[in-house]
Amino acid sequence: MTAAFVAGADVPLKRRLKRAERTRQFRALGLVLPLLVFLLFTFVVPLAGMIWKSVDDWEVPQVLPQTVAALEQWNGRGLPEEGAFAALAADIRTAREAGTLAIAAKRLNYVVNGYRTTLLSTARKLKDQPAPGTARETLIGLNPAWGERESWAAIRSASGPVTSYYLLAAVDLTRDADGAIAAAPADQAIYREVFARTFTIGFGVTALCLLLGFPVAYLLANLPTGRSNLLMIFVLLPFWTSLLVRTCAWIVILQSEGIVNGSLQWLGIIDEPLRLIYNRFGVYMAMTHVLLPFMILPLYSVMRSISPAYMRAAASLGAPPATAFLRIYLPQTIPGIGAGCLLVFILAIGYYITPALVGGAADQMISSFIAFYTTETVNWGLASALGAVLLLSTLVLAVVYGKLALGRQTTGGLKN
Amino acid sequence: MSANHSPQTASQRIAWITTIVASTLVFFFLMAPILAIVPLSFSSSTYLTYPLPGLSLRWYEDFLHSARWMNSLKNSVIIGVASAVLSMALGTLASLGLAQWKSRWKPVVLAVVLSPMVVPVVITAVGVYFFFAPLGLTGNYLGLILVHTALATPFVVITVSATLQGFDMTLMRAAASLGAPPLLTFRKVVLPLILPGLASGALFAFATSFDEVVTVLFLAGPEQRTLPREMFAGIRENISPTITAVAVVLTVVSVCLLSVIELLRRRNERLKGNAG
Repeated sequence: MTAAFVAGADVPLKRRLKRAERTRQFRALGLVLPLLVFLLFTFVVPLAGMIWKSVDDWEVPQVLPQTVAALEQWNGRGLPEEGAFAALAADIRTAREAGTLAIAAKRLNYVVNGYRTTLLSTARKLKDQPAPGTARETLIGLNPAWGERESWAAIRSASGPVTSYYLLAAVDLTRDADGAIAAAPADQAIYREVFARTFTIGFGVTALCLLLGFPVAYLLANLPTGRSNLLMIFVLLPFWTSLLVRTCAWIVILQSEGIVNGSLQWLGIIDEPLRLIYNRFGVYMAMTHVLLPFMILPLYSVMRSISPAYMRAAASLGAPPATAFLRIYLPQTIPGIGAGCLLVFILAIGYYITPALVGGAADQMISSFIAFYTTETVNWGLASALGAVLLLSTLVLAVVYGKLALGRQTTGGLKN
Repeated sequence: MSANHSPQTASQRIAWITTIVASTLVFFFLMAPILAIVPLSFSSSTYLTYPLPGLSLRWYEDFLHSARWMNSLKNSVIIGVASAVLSMALGTLASLGLAQWKSRWKPVVLAVVLSPMVVPVVITAVGVYFFFAPLGLTGNYLGLILVHTALATPFVVITVSATLQGFDMTLMRAAASLGAPPLLTFRKVVLPLILPGLASGALFAFATSFDEVVTVLFLAGPEQRTLPREMFAGIRENISPTITAVAVVLTVVSVCLLSVIELLRRRNERLKGNAG
């Protein structure tokens, strides 16, 4: 009887518990929701918008709609039909009146250098819509460029709605007049070098941080707690200091009439000031300084958890200290080395302020080109494409970092 | 765990001494900028060189009497306080929710919430600039406050979540079983216990905004220039001794902020230790 009673009551109770749990989960989700909505508006949508801008091809379809439509029938060989010429003449006249022609001219100028002049001068000379059947000779008469296939191929390649132009340009590729992918012209093919430079500086800074950070982390991890906490101030104080303050200080230290040069000249070691800043040396110096704590802190936390018993065991089994260090200690620090290196590298390749202030023209990293195309030349498509490539590299590395950090947490949980 | 550095052999002793020497050099490298710039800010000379010809507070006076610097200080405080308040509210709610939420989507949500910390700021700045410009959110405080809140919230979530890890969730159930409505439970039970975590989260958020310059470069008009933005301009043109005074003021502010955070963190660790 008791069993029947329990079994009977069991079902609704279970259901009630389940319902209560579900309400609790909904309430929990409700608490996270405001932040998610906020980030959607201030972060996720803007980033998605940036990625969309790297493929969005709105200029030519909007400014030259009839031409785009007329070119749909063109087979791409020879010159298009008379209709396309008439459509272009009509589009040019409309766009000139609306003041939008420059938008299309700018976009087409990316495809063929000098296109802006062709389009704008044609617009200036084109007084009236040519009589039916004469559009072709009129336009070619105004500018011989309209008698070339490339001019028309350019319009067709930019006729949207999406384009691979910017993304290809970000890796020094382009499409030729037939639409095949080809190497970009030498004067535009600079981004592979910029990316290579960005990654080189990233690797260099990471290596320097590891080299300088390892002994410090080792020392801090092996000192008694009181003393290591005290020395930790030397790591945390610069870590807490404003990035601009530190960058400014490095300029004061390294510039030609700065502290280092002043002291060396005063000591008579050098006659002429050394060039220590506004070059690659200054970038490495300042960036290593800024990012070093990001290496020391994860290394320290891993080394702190390595039991000294392992080293003692190795020694008691007859391993010489160097062997014990290399074969027993070092492998256990690899999670810390991995996490520290990834963190420093991720932060380094995205740096903007420090290279902008202490680097020369040849030390500017990808971020500075993104900023340049956003605010100076207003080539938002290219800025977005470069940004998309940088974002992708960063996210891939961040996922690897997340896996590493998560793996460490899991083993930490198992140890407890 | 500590003090396994009782070197037995000569080679071990040499290795340990090498570590100490190398670390000392690195500590010097880490401290060099601060050591270099603090005395210069008290120099009586307009040249940024040693030895100092004499001591003076003229650069600090310069800073305090400059309308440009004072305006930027005001902007930094307005934007910093507003984004700290906003990110603390959003981040605390989210942390409370994340602590109780069980779902296989949780890692994804967590990744989204923390991603403003990982994505290079220049990309965030460009994306937000494209998005905010047509909405009229550039060249005013609101746009900057929104972006700084987005950048600062991950730090609030991390700090508050760390506090909540030591928080006994059964206390909430106990309060509920005694008849307290959720809001009262939060106010009387949860809030007093996690308050130190909230405070350090808010300070972290303020510090993040106070030090941020990249989004300000893109979004701020001349009226919203913050302290770091003015410093950026100053470093670009010509480093005047006034900048060194501003640098020292900024350093003192961040050291104060983060000392308080550290004290709060230690208090939290201690409380957790007592509970465990």
